[in-house]
Amino acid sequence: MTVYNQISENKVKTFLIMFFFILIFSSFFYLLGKYFDSPWGYFFLGLFISSASSIGSYFYGDKLVLLTTGAKPANKKQFFDFYTVTENLCLADGLPMPKLYVINDPSPNAFATGRDPKHAVVCATTGLLQIMNRTELEGVIAHEISHVKNYDILLASIVAVLVGTLALISDLVIRNMFWHRGSNDERSNRNPIFLVLFIVALILTPIVATIIQLAISRKREYLADASAVLLTRYPEGLVHALEKLNNDSQPLRRVSSSTAHLFIDNPFGGKRQSSWLNNLFSTHPPIEERIKILKSM
Amino acid sequence: MYISLALFGVLAIYLVAQYNGFVVLKTRIQEALSGIDVQLKRRADLIPNVVETVKGYAKHEKSVFAEVTKARSSLMKAETPQEKAQADNMLSGALKSLFAVAEAYPDLKANTNFQDLQRQLEDTEDKVAYSRQFYNSNVLDFNTRVQMFPSNLIAKAFAFKAFEFFEAEEEAKKSVKVKFD
Repeated sequence: MTVYNQISENKVKTFLIMFFFILIFSSFFYLLGKYFDSPWGYFFLGLFISSASSIGSYFYGDKLVLLTTGAKPANKKQFFDFYTVTENLCLADGLPMPKLYVINDPSPNAFATGRDPKHAVVCATTGLLQIMNRTELEGVIAHEISHVKNYDILLASIVAVLVGTLALISDLVIRNMFWHRGSNDERSNRNPIFLVLFIVALILTPIVATIIQLAISRKREYLADASAVLLTRYPEGLVHALEKLNNDSQPLRRVSSSTAHLFIDNPFGGKRQSSWLNNLFSTHPPIEERIKILKSM
Repeated sequence: MYISLALFGVLAIYLVAQYNGFVVLKTRIQEALSGIDVQLKRRADLIPNVVETVKGYAKHEKSVFAEVTKARSSLMKAETPQEKAQADNMLSGALKSLFAVAEAYPDLKANTNFQDLQRQLEDTEDKVAYSRQFYNSNVLDFNTRVQMFPSNLIAKAFAFKAFEFFEAEEEAKKSVKVKFD
């Protein structure tokens, strides 16, 4: 698959995910409304919330992601290597310079967000900037720049916001269910089948959200690694960087599951065994596997 | 009648698209080349500062300074990409010996100004390399198109000629990396 296929595929997938998100979200609210005896009122509320968060995620996804991760803008003076390495790789690829952010956290990690190369953000933790030398940093940044170039950032940021919205809403709904118990005879009037459906939907949503996250992220990591090497012409840089990331298992302090798939390495930390079950539910491909592929280049 | 008209129309659209494609690529190459120039100039501008700083500690290493200054002025004078590439390689070699000399002066090595210059120089080195890479990848696109059928016919008709790559000597490219950690 070439980069150009990847770009159009990402744009189409973004549109599809938005569409299905609105569809599923609104019908979920319709069910909720059935239970509370005003299906259409709830349907339109759901339609409004889901459309607003879809459109919002397109324009403000990057800002929301930066907000939840607690990133601060980086300047050239303080983060010389980070800034200049990014500048250089953009020169090599003819891309505009992305905005740079830093997360104050000892756990080494990095991610990119935004909607296209003109509105892109590359973010690294202070831990990453500390332990990587310039060549390794080049590998990591080239990986992130590849995500920018391939429009992975668009899809990933939108999924982050939508998964976040989903988590927020289902959390809210669950709490409300416990608060608004109502009197017994009021409840007995309601059709229990909708309650069952509703609970099933409530259980299914986080699972579906995770599956979407899984589907979008793993193949992209391999492709971004390959493009990064094409950019730096030096696979060892990224290999050493990945080895360092693999050896460091401390988790990020501020991390939510909705943004986990954005990072270059699993932000929850911990040593991952490459058993098939672990692989199945991990948003990231095992680093050993990525290193193996890079070494064969 | 209509068929031949339609065929002619399709052919004309194809020709225009091909021609415009060439123009776009050529402009991109020119832009990439000026990108290299910007970085080379930036590098040349740093040199006097570096020389001055080193001179402050190692006055008598005159031959090294002369070599660097000469390489710098030949880089400023270079016109074609080939000349520039050559002069840049020469400058890299001269700088290498300058920094080798600096190794012998601990005071100089501890100077923050010198360290900062070294860092900037290392960075411009990378910038030159990366803008060269961008130029070369654009040249590759263009040259492929000039040679491939049927676009080679259009290239020939409008005299689009293959560009030369901006080459760095492999040895020079590797050894220039200034290590100071």
